[in-house]
Amino acid sequence: MSNETLLSVKNLEVTFNTPKGDVHAVRGVSFDLGRERLGIVGESGSGKSQTGRAILGLTAANGKITADQLQFHDVDLANLSPKQWRKVRGARISMIMQDPKYSLNPVMTIGDQIIEAYREHHKVGAKEARRRALEMLEAVKIRDPERVFNAYPHEASGGMGQRVMIAMMLIPDPELIIADEPTSALDVTVQLQVMAILDDLVRDRGMALIFISHDLQLVSSFCDRVLVMYQGHVVEELRASELHNAKHPYTKGLLNCLPKMDGDHSDLPILEREASWAEG
Amino acid sequence: MIEISKLNAWFDDNHVLKDVDISVPTNGSFGLVGESGSGKSTVLRTITGLVDDWEGNILVNNKELGPKRDKTFYRLVQMVFQDPFGSLHPRHTIDRILTEPVNIHGLGNSDARVVEALNQVGLDNAFRFRYPHQLSGGQRQRVAIARALILEPKILLLDEPTSALDVSIQAEVLNLLGRLRRELGLTYVMVSHDLAVVAHMCDDIAIMNHGRIVERATATQLADGTLEHPYSQQLYKAAGGYDRAVVDSFVDWD
Amino acid sequence: MNTQTHISKPGLKNWLTSDTPQSRFQAQCGRTWLGWIKFTENKLAMVGLSIVIGLILVTIFAPILAPYDPLAADLTNRIQPPGAEHWFGTDQLGRDILSRLIYGAQYTLLIVGLVAITAAPLGLLVGTAAGFFGGWVDAVLMRITDIFLAFPKLILALAFVSALGPGIENAILAIAITAWPPYARIARAETITVRKADYIEAARLQGTSNLGLIIGHITPMCMSSLVVRVTLDMAGMILIAAGLGFLGLGAQPPMPEWGAMVSDGRQFLLEQWWVATVPGLAIFVVSLGFNLLGDGLRDVLDPRGGD
Repeated sequence: MSNETLLSVKNLEVTFNTPKGDVHAVRGVSFDLGRERLGIVGESGSGKSQTGRAILGLTAANGKITADQLQFHDVDLANLSPKQWRKVRGARISMIMQDPKYSLNPVMTIGDQIIEAYREHHKVGAKEARRRALEMLEAVKIRDPERVFNAYPHEASGGMGQRVMIAMMLIPDPELIIADEPTSALDVTVQLQVMAILDDLVRDRGMALIFISHDLQLVSSFCDRVLVMYQGHVVEELRASELHNAKHPYTKGLLNCLPKMDGDHSDLPILEREASWAEG
Repeated sequence: MIEISKLNAWFDDNHVLKDVDISVPTNGSFGLVGESGSGKSTVLRTITGLVDDWEGNILVNNKELGPKRDKTFYRLVQMVFQDPFGSLHPRHTIDRILTEPVNIHGLGNSDARVVEALNQVGLDNAFRFRYPHQLSGGQRQRVAIARALILEPKILLLDEPTSALDVSIQAEVLNLLGRLRRELGLTYVMVSHDLAVVAHMCDDIAIMNHGRIVERATATQLADGTLEHPYSQQLYKAAGGYDRAVVDSFVDWD
Repeated sequence: MNTQTHISKPGLKNWLTSDTPQSRFQAQCGRTWLGWIKFTENKLAMVGLSIVIGLILVTIFAPILAPYDPLAADLTNRIQPPGAEHWFGTDQLGRDILSRLIYGAQYTLLIVGLVAITAAPLGLLVGTAAGFFGGWVDAVLMRITDIFLAFPKLILALAFVSALGPGIENAILAIAITAWPPYARIARAETITVRKADYIEAARLQGTSNLGLIIGHITPMCMSSLVVRVTLDMAGMILIAAGLGFLGLGAQPPMPEWGAMVSDGRQFLLEQWWVATVPGLAIFVVSLGFNLLGDGLRDVLDPRGGD
């Protein structure tokens, strides 16, 4: 794992203009990302997803992104034309969304969608693309790639659908993957299996990964480094292995309020929020 | 309070419950754990009469249930659904959601009852005339619990009541449910995919897979990690977070 | 749309947008207010609304607005072109076209109003019942609906009017009979999407009866699409009513119904264009108004469109 910086985010702000006034979803988020696995953790409304979307320029139309720096290698993500975005999105940075049901086109076979994703960024013949797509399905541990290749999304289970999504997002060989709650809709064991696939692929291909999730424990057991977000701010950044040494009361509170399998039925500690956390 | 024996249920041609036996004492708390498709929610839905095609014996409060549930049944048994965004009518105010059951059962004094129910679940009276979309997930789930409580039932069926909530909110709702059971002497049957939640809430636990109970355990057994069935062990390990070696040991139970 | 009596009170906006309403009434008003704000952002919808409000006002104030008696014939002033005395000219019997137009507005409003309050509830009832109960109830009700849908509306209305005899009441009845099937279809589709929703099942577990579920829980979810569809259909109803009038099967002379007026004017269309054109334009403008209004309502009410 080299220390070269792939993505540098400085003072990222995302503001939404709504009928009820401006909503600051992300406030002054800064981090540098090398070829590593970074977890962004927070509860709903913490701005974790909006951070991921802003990096890919996928913020909704009523949202405004400002940043002192949003640098991906040699590309300044803050000032890209739609045409330039197409060269980055998918090809160099990919995103895996939470629910494959809504991310896959229901009227196209899975194979065709993977091929389309590949040929969008690589000029190859139909035969070669098909070979690559089948290879990719095998890489995400799908047992019968030929069958899945010809299947429609509704014929695949949740875990299978998410594997297909990973295959689709990884086939153009991006340098950075942003995974936004990629496994939250899945059963625990399937979730871990899908994460293992992601783990192996990211490791083998030397990709960087931003893993966005609400599950602090899961993320810290999977990533190298974790950013904990609260109301748009990063309240704590720590090495995943140092989770038990978390200093911020919010991080500690999040860990404490999880029910444990210790046979104890007494009340769980409640997370008492303090206004000062949201001032960063 | 609840005795279920040899319960079988079908969705069309799918046999979704296979010989399920459950026994819950008064003021007890029983947990059903399993992954999607295990049939854990179907058990609750069969008890409440939302499943048509079933066979077996269900005794609630020493009374055998027939194919139809009457009004008195719903005063005894209530259910809290998983998704607080889907279980409240989007066009009804909280007030209407809570008043309606009172009127249907002709309990009278609905004003005071609504105020009390909101109070019980720790919601301020200011929420009374809001619409569900003006509430957060945790607040909605509190309203759903208030709606279940307003008929003063003895049994609460909880279908993943916290799985759609943030962990900090989950803790608050679990504490609330624990307190209500102590104070009102309620009997719980709780369904969850999360072993830790069930271990925290329940005294007796059954682990389900593909419509069958594969193992029964007490909270203490779960705390000690002494589960026997390989499927239960796998679930137990999965609850520990991501570990590459553990994942490789997983077996598909399809 | 909102309560004009309160408009001068300070803090009304706060009262309406309050996140903690103190009563059912305030909660309802707040919701309506937000819808209204969204609606006013759509300029074309506002144009549509103005036209419809204009139509209602004209109906109410017809006796004041109309310069002449709409039925008074003046054979010495036959077919006068538009001018200072008769703004829109006169027809073949010397009647003032503007006055006839103004009095005719009430028939248009009567037709769309009566059709809306008869056809929409009927369609709603049939559709929700079919969607809610499913099975043979659904099969029977929907096949009946399909039979009605199989005929072109105008033809079916023509058949009914010929059977019932010409006249505006029968025309309204005929249009209502032909108008309900699409509403039943919409209501059924909406019912099917919500009948398995958790909140319906939750209500069932509270002991709510089937009738209570349909009226209290399912109908409100169908209302938005239905209101939009009815508004959009009003243009079509006006045209069918006009068509029946034109064919002599609707309003009978000397009733100043717009369709009948177009019909009367068609014999002079080439030389005295205004006799047919002016009521034609009125039909066009009001139809357009309802259409724009319906589009605007769709943006506000359609649950799929927004939050």
